[in-house]
Amino acid sequence: MTAAAHWTIASVRSALQAKKISAKELTKDFYAQIERRNPELNAFLALSPDRAYEQADRVDARLARGEALPPLAGVPVAIKDVISTQGVRTTCGSKILENYVPPYDAIAIERLEAAGAVLMGKTNCDEFAMGSSTENSAYGRVRNPIALDRVPGGSSGGSAAAVAAGLAVAALGTDTGGSIRQPGACCGIPAMMPTYGRVSRYGLIAFASSLDRIGPFAGNVADTAAIMTVIAGHDANDSTSAALPVPDYAVEIEKPIQGVRIGVPEDYFGEGLDAEVKAKVEAGIALLERLGCRRIPLKMPHTEYAIATYYIIATAEASSNLARYDGVRYGLRVPGSTLTEMYRKTRERGFGPEVKRRIMLGTYALSAGYYDAYYLRAQKARSLIARDFSDAFQKVDAIITPTAPTPAFRLGEKTADPLQMYLADIYTVTGSLAGVPGISVPCGKTKTELPVGMQIFGSHFSEGRVLQLAHAFEKAGGASI
Amino acid sequence: MKITREEVLRVAELAQLELTTEEVELFRGQLDEILNYIGKLEELDVSNVEPMAQVLFTDVGSPTALATANEHPELRDDALRPCDVADAILAQAPDAAKPFFRVPKVIDR
Repeated sequence: MTAAAHWTIASVRSALQAKKISAKELTKDFYAQIERRNPELNAFLALSPDRAYEQADRVDARLARGEALPPLAGVPVAIKDVISTQGVRTTCGSKILENYVPPYDAIAIERLEAAGAVLMGKTNCDEFAMGSSTENSAYGRVRNPIALDRVPGGSSGGSAAAVAAGLAVAALGTDTGGSIRQPGACCGIPAMMPTYGRVSRYGLIAFASSLDRIGPFAGNVADTAAIMTVIAGHDANDSTSAALPVPDYAVEIEKPIQGVRIGVPEDYFGEGLDAEVKAKVEAGIALLERLGCRRIPLKMPHTEYAIATYYIIATAEASSNLARYDGVRYGLRVPGSTLTEMYRKTRERGFGPEVKRRIMLGTYALSAGYYDAYYLRAQKARSLIARDFSDAFQKVDAIITPTAPTPAFRLGEKTADPLQMYLADIYTVTGSLAGVPGISVPCGKTKTELPVGMQIFGSHFSEGRVLQLAHAFEKAGGASI
Repeated sequence: MKITREEVLRVAELAQLELTTEEVELFRGQLDEILNYIGKLEELDVSNVEPMAQVLFTDVGSPTALATANEHPELRDDALRPCDVADAILAQAPDAAKPFFRVPKVIDR
């Protein structure tokens, strides 16, 4: 039982309970796989064996005492490197945080470990989660384990690649405009962005605070649901965290989907959508119909404004959030003879090109004379996009779209053209702006064996419904449609 | 042209970025292309639309759930809590002399 790719949360649990393997042996096996595959994939930036083996020992001790196991006991997980881990280097894929070791854990990390998960290490990502291919990391690009000449998507590409390659059973990513769902689609695994406010952002290093969300990657939908149950829920440390009860998503996903109304917005199937992706997602919708869902055509007329809106709001928030990297309190400092010179040299040396570009764009959009024309207008456009969703959810229970316009593209294909890269998020940013939950679920493969992702949006806090549809779809063979 | 070289330099100054000559030229072109694309938003009639400054939940189900999701349900007590973290925080500083962060001299006297 060492082929890491075959482990699930359920199989880890039963193997531990049947004493077929110890948590320590399992951890060791996973580290052996990481040692073997990571030089090629570059999915992990740092490993945390001390912490992992300590946790595995705790799980084994519980087993030895005959105690009940917590829900994720012994499950190896990987964490995107924008989520704070006490004592484990956290770089955000940036040179400016090259030696940063957080003094505290994110709440999502605390909750995973309290549930018995084994934290294997930190995964590579676009610098400060800004990108759609993981090629913007200061620590090198990540290869897609399904097709090594392709990107894994981004920005959570390391987390997606780690799970798809069997180097972790599950992983946490973050999604600001598509950074969980799009890499999930590229790497052929389920990937969920929860409702804004569902999972605490405490300890998530901020990119765009009104959009940032933490969510899971896993090998199947049931495991995605299990991680969600553990990490969701109110946290007093995050003032935007919602104090709503969290259902047991393992129970939710088994509920029947007969009669569920699925909306299909024509605006997501127009120009720019790859023909093979379109055909697969259409086949996916037909499968949901065969499973008893009712297809309802929709119009979401502001969809075409989403990328423009997103790239103003996200960059404006980023320019403000990233002002904290000034060489004073943590991270890189490049000396200067004056304070201002120190700030500027530090930021020039510490930030990569995409981060600088976004800080520039955001600063411009917020600057005197441009605020009304750009930032305020974008906030109003955001209202219209959110209204498209709330109008749709008067008529339907879920919305089905492609996750991304194309399958995983080639390494280097879009790096010279930032706007083309931004357009990879054209179907995901809408839900980010509206604050709704969404999942990408595998939906067949192209002729060249590249995975296609189908996206399911639900209304706010309807993660149970979204997961339920994804689970039924997966069980009915959606991944090989 | 949406953005000039001078504007790029002004924005870089506001953002405390010291760009190289090549970066100034590269960013001017790229920002120009992006701003042209963003110009799409001018097509929208937003005259009677409220700006969305934070995520509002309009579809959460019961009125109670909606109210709970939108309002802050439980502001935490304004109570003192132990916060003995100065050493851990200063340990991350590039230059510190407890209890201070050290920076280049700001005021000449």
